[in-house]
Amino acid sequence: MEKIKVVHYINQFFANIGGEEKADIEPEVREGIVGPGLALQSGLGDDYEVVATVICGDTYFGGHIEDAKKTILDMIRPYKPDLFVAGPAFNAGRYGVACGTIAKAVEDELNIPVVTGMYPENPGVDMFKKDLHIIQTAISAADMRKAMPKICKLAKKMINKEEILSPVEEGYIERGIRVNYFNERRGSERAVDLILKKIAGEPYETEYPMPVFDRVAPNPAIKDLSKIKLAVVTSGGIVPQGNPDRIESSSATKYGIYDITGMDSLTKDKFMTVHGGYDRAFVLENPNLVVPLDILREIEKEGIIGELANYFVTTTGTGTSVGNAKGFGEEFSKKLVEDGVGAVILTST
Amino acid sequence: MVHMCTVVPISLTIGANRIIPAIGIPYPLGDPNLGEKKSKKLRRQLVDRALSALQTEVDGQTVFEK
Repeated sequence: MEKIKVVHYINQFFANIGGEEKADIEPEVREGIVGPGLALQSGLGDDYEVVATVICGDTYFGGHIEDAKKTILDMIRPYKPDLFVAGPAFNAGRYGVACGTIAKAVEDELNIPVVTGMYPENPGVDMFKKDLHIIQTAISAADMRKAMPKICKLAKKMINKEEILSPVEEGYIERGIRVNYFNERRGSERAVDLILKKIAGEPYETEYPMPVFDRVAPNPAIKDLSKIKLAVVTSGGIVPQGNPDRIESSSATKYGIYDITGMDSLTKDKFMTVHGGYDRAFVLENPNLVVPLDILREIEKEGIIGELANYFVTTTGTGTSVGNAKGFGEEFSKKLVEDGVGAVILTST
Repeated sequence: MVHMCTVVPISLTIGANRIIPAIGIPYPLGDPNLGEKKSKKLRRQLVDRALSALQTEVDGQTVFEK
C-alpha cells in the first residue's frame, strides 16, 4: 500500500540552522524529515511518510507574508501531500503566525487536512483558531514530547475521516464552533447538578462558557455638553419601516445607519423594530422608547447639548455574536469620530 | 458612552463603564402603562440622568441609580 504523504513546516530554529541571527532565511525545502519531523514520523507510524520539510526563517516570513506563502505553496505542491503539519510553534509569536498562515493557505489551496500546535497566548491562535485545528501546547519546546503525539493523533483522525470530538477531548484550542448532540440527561438535571457542585465548592465545568469580554478604561467626563455632538446607537433593532437593509431579527450580521434630519420624534409610520428578542408591541407603537429622539430634540433646543447627530446607528442585539458586534463597533465608531461625535448614548432592550 | 439598559448585570458583564438602569426590556426608555404623558416624562428623566452620567468622572464601572 502506498504510504500517506506528509509535508512538515518548521522554522530556522527547529531546523537547527540558527536562532534569531538566522531568522531572515528564505524558504527552502528538504527531502524527508528534519528536527521535530522525527517525532512527527514516529507518532504517525509506518503508514505515513514525511516526504518533505519546508523551512523558513520567522522574520523572513513575517516580513514577506504573501511572497513566502506563495513560494512555500509552490514548494509543497509537487509532493502532492495528503496531510500538512506546521510546527508546533509553542509560544513563538512569529513562528505561530507563520504556521497558521501557511497551514490555512495549504488547507484552502490544496484541500488537505492540516494541523498545527501553539501555546494559547501565541498571537497565531487568535488569528487562526477559527480556521484551523491548533493543538494546545505548553509554553516552550520542552513540551514537544507531549505535543507531537496529540498532533499525530488528530491528524490521523482527519485522514481516516473519523469524527473530530470536542476541543477538550482532542486537545485542540476551542474554535468557537457549537455542535448539537443528544445528552441522555435533560438540561434541568444537569443544571441542578452543576449548581450543587458549585455550592459544595467542588470542581465543575460549564456546558456553555461565556466569551471573554475585553475591558476599556472609562473616558473622562465631558466638560461642556453644550458644545458636544451626541449620537444614539442601539441594539434594539429600530429600522425604517420595511427594514430596507434587511437587518436580521436575531444573530445580526449587519447594522444600519439611518437619517433623522429634520425629525422631532421617531414616529411609528416611519420606523419599526425587527428585534426578535422582546415583545415588540410597545416599541412598534412608539419607537422613541428605544431611540429617544423626541427627548433629545427637546434637549437640543434647550441648548443642553451642542447638537444631535443627524443619524442613529442600529442593529439587533439578540443572539448576535460578540465577534460581529465588535466588528460593527469598530467600523461605525470610525464614522462617529470622523463626524465629530463627542458622546454616545447606547440603548439596549 | 453611556449604556441605557434594563438588564444591568449584562451591561456589567460586557464592560460598560457608565450604566443607566432602564425601565423594561420591551420599553427601556419610558413606561407605556403610565400613559403617553407620564411615559415621556420618565424618558426625559432617564435621558437627563444619562447626560449627567456623561459629565461625571468614573474610575470603573458605575451604575447611576439616581
